[in-house]
Amino acid sequence: MTALLEVENLRVSYGKIEAVKGISFTVNQGEVTTLIGTNGAGKTTTLRTLSGLLRPTAGKISFDGQPLNTVPAHKIVSLGLAHSPEGRHIFPRMTIEENLLLGAFLRKDQAGITADVERAYGLFPILGERRKQAAGTLSGGEQQMLAMGRALMSQPKLLMLDEPSMGLSPLMMQKIMATIVELKASGTTILLVEQNAQAALSLSDQGYVMQTGQIVLTGTGADLLNDESVRKSYLGED
Amino acid sequence: MHDLPQQLANGLILGALYGLVAIGYTMVYGIVQLINFAHGEIFMVGGFGALTAYLALPGGTTLWLAVPLMLIAGILVSTLVAVGAERFAYRPLRSAPRLAPLITAIGLSIVLQQLVFSFYPDAKKARVFPKIPGDPFELASVTIQRSDIFLIIAAPICMLILGWFVARTRSGRAMQATSQDPDTAKLMGIDTDRVIVMAFAIGAAFAAVAAVAYGLRTGQVDFRMGFILGLKAFTAAVLGGIGNIYGAMLGGLALGLAEGLATAYIQHIPGMHLFGGGAWKDVWAFVLLIVVLLVRPQGLLGERVADRA
Ligand SMILES: Nc1ncnc2c1ncn2[C@@H]1O[C@H](COP(=O)(O)OP(=O)(O)OP(=O)(O)O)[C@@H](O)[C@H]1O
Ligand SMILES: [Mg+2]
Repeated sequence: MTALLEVENLRVSYGKIEAVKGISFTVNQGEVTTLIGTNGAGKTTTLRTLSGLLRPTAGKISFDGQPLNTVPAHKIVSLGLAHSPEGRHIFPRMTIEENLLLGAFLRKDQAGITADVERAYGLFPILGERRKQAAGTLSGGEQQMLAMGRALMSQPKLLMLDEPSMGLSPLMMQKIMATIVELKASGTTILLVEQNAQAALSLSDQGYVMQTGQIVLTGTGADLLNDESVRKSYLGED
Repeated sequence: MHDLPQQLANGLILGALYGLVAIGYTMVYGIVQLINFAHGEIFMVGGFGALTAYLALPGGTTLWLAVPLMLIAGILVSTLVAVGAERFAYRPLRSAPRLAPLITAIGLSIVLQQLVFSFYPDAKKARVFPKIPGDPFELASVTIQRSDIFLIIAAPICMLILGWFVARTRSGRAMQATSQDPDTAKLMGIDTDRVIVMAFAIGAAFAAVAAVAYGLRTGQVDFRMGFILGLKAFTAAVLGGIGNIYGAMLGGLALGLAEGLATAYIQHIPGMHLFGGGAWKDVWAFVLLIVVLLVRPQGLLGERVADRA
């Protein structure tokens, strides 16, 4: 098992407030790694720092053997790191197809891009049926599919998904989770942030529990699912 | 009302001038939500750039050769000043509170005026700009000055090129993405700093085209020429829906028409004879703005703010 992403003692602040307080974790090649944690734990902050939208105050990020700390955000995607942000952030006044094509903004292989657009439609048929529709008019679940499809368009080595099931119906959520399993099977490495701990951990190889900016627990997905404190705090059992 | 066609033509020509300058406000606002109050002065320095090129040419150079060279010089000067302003004045303030870049813009506008006033030879009063000589064109009952032909040709060409650029090119798509969601645009691999520079540069180039048109039309350039015109163009951009390039041109045309028609006809409305004529034209421009904003706060072609979230 080789590590694709290694984070060491990462610290991130918003002004005087430190949101991530020295966390370390690893994402292995070909695995699904999940970050769970309560609201405000610092999960989104961590992902935004990995993709260069925020700068760490301390620590090391090494992706595919390369340090990321000072690489500007717009260059990180070309290294193979794609980010589907919390809240989807699709481009509302562009069509589905234009959104997908923006995901391939840095690619030059026209034939490959066309094939990948079709692959996204294969993964999410509803997107294919609506390809000329303005993305802002899609339902929340459809927008989530689009955000995920768009992130895949860069052919990433690592796909980061921030709460892909947020606000979705149980059926839609199952669909997203099934897609994650499918992506993993096809060799994509995934870093997943989820509120829905049960669903996320059951398909994860590795999991980390974050609390107020720190990682408080680590284990395989199955370990964490069986952990008493996790069951209490995140699976609503007592 | 027998001169209505003439008034319409005058209004549209003036409006096209507003529209070209309005593009600069709208592009920059669309990308960085900054009202670049120095844009009127970007327009003004373009006029002086063009004048400098004209003065450098040997006497007797045909305008067929002079105007394109003046245009290039004007575009060069405006673009350099705008890109410099972005790089050294606005970029360092990008994460500062909104008010800081706004005040900087106002300061920059004063600095540019004073620089031209103090250092451009004889710029303390208006300087003579060449006009296109010859009799005006007569089309049915409409008279069009030769100098305005430049604007009538240049404005639609500029709009067509811009429309094509934004909709069809890679850089244009990067621009749209950045205006809709800058952080996510970065996640797509778009260098948003470059996009911002591009927005300033395009706006400046359009302003320089407008400045040449203005010079040809009025026969002069003046260090204060950007003030009222900038204000009008900003009004046009808001009227059309700030952030929307077609809105800027439409707002410009609407404003030009309103001004032209109000100036010509308001005094004939019973009881309104005091409010006609050139002295009131700026007032009518702003009345139009207020009325449109009351009915459509987002402007003629603007998206509702909710769509932008
Ligand atoms: N732009 C910001 N400015 C200031 N503080 C912020 C900002 N964004 C997040 N924070 C703070 O940083 C902390 C971590 O926030 P973050 O969004 O990373 O949490 P999260 O784990 O993703 O939470 P959630 O599960 O609710 O999405 C919170 O206390 C939050 O209030
Ligand atoms: Mg979050």
